[in-house]
Amino acid sequence: MVPTRRSFLLRATAAALCTAGLALQPALAADPIKIGLITALSGESARAGEALTRGMAIAIDEINAKGGLLDGRQVVLVRRDDEGNPAKGMAAARELIFKEKVAVLFGGLDTPVSMAIVPIVNQEKVPFMGPWAAGTAITHNAGKPNFVFRVSAMDEIVDSAMVQYAQKTFQTARPGMILVNNPWGESNEKGLNAALAAAKVAPAGVEKFQPNDLDVVPQLSRLKAAGADTLFLVGNVGPSAQVVKSLDRMGWKVPIVSHWGPAGGRFTELAGPNAKNVHFVQTYSFFGKQGPVGEKVMQALKAKYSDIKGPQDITPAVGVANAYDGMQLAALAIEQAGSTDGDAVRQGFYKIGRYDGLIKTYEQPFTPASHDALREDDYVWTHFIDNRILPVKGVQ
Amino acid sequence: MLLMSAIVSGLGLGSMYGLMALGFYLTYAVSGTVNFAQGSSMMLGAVLTYTFAQTLGWPLAPALLAALALCALYGLVVERLAVRPFASRGSNAWLMSTVALGIVLDNVVMFTFGKEPRSLPSPLAQAPLEIGGLGLGVYPLQLLIPLVGLALAAALHTLSRRTRWGVALLAVVQNPGAARLMGIPVRHAIMAAFAVSTLFAGVAGALVAPLFNVQADMGTLFGLKAFVVAILGGITSAWGVMVAGLLFGVVEALITVALGSGYTQIISFTLVIVMLAVRPNGLFGRADVRKV
Repeated sequence: MVPTRRSFLLRATAAALCTAGLALQPALAADPIKIGLITALSGESARAGEALTRGMAIAIDEINAKGGLLDGRQVVLVRRDDEGNPAKGMAAARELIFKEKVAVLFGGLDTPVSMAIVPIVNQEKVPFMGPWAAGTAITHNAGKPNFVFRVSAMDEIVDSAMVQYAQKTFQTARPGMILVNNPWGESNEKGLNAALAAAKVAPAGVEKFQPNDLDVVPQLSRLKAAGADTLFLVGNVGPSAQVVKSLDRMGWKVPIVSHWGPAGGRFTELAGPNAKNVHFVQTYSFFGKQGPVGEKVMQALKAKYSDIKGPQDITPAVGVANAYDGMQLAALAIEQAGSTDGDAVRQGFYKIGRYDGLIKTYEQPFTPASHDALREDDYVWTHFIDNRILPVKGVQ
Repeated sequence: MLLMSAIVSGLGLGSMYGLMALGFYLTYAVSGTVNFAQGSSMMLGAVLTYTFAQTLGWPLAPALLAALALCALYGLVVERLAVRPFASRGSNAWLMSTVALGIVLDNVVMFTFGKEPRSLPSPLAQAPLEIGGLGLGVYPLQLLIPLVGLALAAALHTLSRRTRWGVALLAVVQNPGAARLMGIPVRHAIMAAFAVSTLFAGVAGALVAPLFNVQADMGTLFGLKAFVVAILGGITSAWGVMVAGLLFGVVEALITVALGSGYTQIISFTLVIVMLAVRPNGLFGRADVRKV
């Protein structure tokens, strides 16, 4: 093409505009800091996964509004669905670590998935924050050093709380355990046995069920025959609902003290009207008088998500609360570290002093000896009324 | 009492396996092919019943009819898209393509129906049966399921021997070439077989849905067990697969009662292997010679 005057003018104008455009751009923001989240975004616990997302999103919005981290770098959330499957969780972890190069990895709704990811993050030296999965061995792992932190309940402590609550509320003398047959169930079996031994109470029996079992009547019948006066239940939404339905079929009315599996999904819809008899532990409730942080988070949730009009729509609350505090603490750790280097951030966690959080005010939440930020006093006992999680009246 | 509720529960699940296995029998007998993703057809029945009855609020009867009609339609789609292109060329690729279509369906349902399990309430699954105030541990629905399953199997048996269309179907089973020469529309017979096969799976799904939860992946294990039941019963015998289904269901339930559910799959599938080692053509499989 013969360069004509017109085509020269066109190209010159284009070049000028480009240069002007580049010059007018704000000082190119440095690379964003990516935070990864691997959780169940589909299946029975999809609601819990969505709650974790929302808690983190609200925290990240706040952080970015204040100017981001490490001199103006914006924080970005990258999510992957593990479908509750440990193998998929591991694949997602590798992708987020090697391809997306996340600074901190949040993850695990299901204990088995978290347990599978723990060796990877310890080996690759990427800090891992658990906002839900409660398996004791997740933070009490063999990593030297240990890169796994948690803002959530821990089975050992929950089990002790379950025993105390049962004794106080139902005068339990002979509890029966009905537990899911997977690493989470095993973690709690250990914890419950230890707590019962400490309380000098002998269990009526221990029964297991598969996560996709449809009929738990045989196991429950054996517990009933052994004289169980209360049931300790550990399982996700689906199987917990089947336990309630099986009890309905048997016509056995017995108090049920549960870990927080039922909180993960539509428990009342799946279990039926007797869902309200299951008392389970939570770390936070948006009902009742909220502190300033609680008010601030609720406002932000209502503004960002059109389906949230009040505390009854923030279900499960623990997902939102744990993830929010977890993200804020991770941000503090990154600031303390002064970089996104894995080991520096890990040490940054230990340097966190005081943080006025949503669940509580944290004072040096993490030390080399303790990677769990929450304790027994932070638990709340609740149950489902329709599809809302409400504190049990007249308790605590 | 525990034993009784286990047996009833086992008969219920077993008749579901049997119904789905009947679908395998039908299409295999007529065309030598099966829809390997029968579990997805079962899931479709449950999901569609939920959609019509719960999401759209239709009364149960029209909801069921609409759901089952669509299941039958899906059977025609399976035959046209995943079986005919390969079987007509003598290829075995329909094995994989039916599986693939099933996976596609599962994922489409996940996108549209949602990723969470939902509950399909039924008046027959609300209050357990009682005799003299003592809970029997079963819902009325659990008694209804085996009755429906056996009734459908009996209906298939009768219709295939007493009606013109049924006899034509048997002719196709016996000798497709001769049947074609006699003017029997073989292609239509195959299409009908697939439609009935997914219809049966849909019935199984709709019946079982109030007991369990409705979700996109509910059919996978069912479909696998149904195929095992079909082989166990001898895929060339309708009554055989039904009986095998009931047997498998009851054995599963009894193992769960005796040993706990951790051992159920291990032992029941080991027994299947043993059975097939003893009778390789299945429990009831035999050369079927019948004059039409």
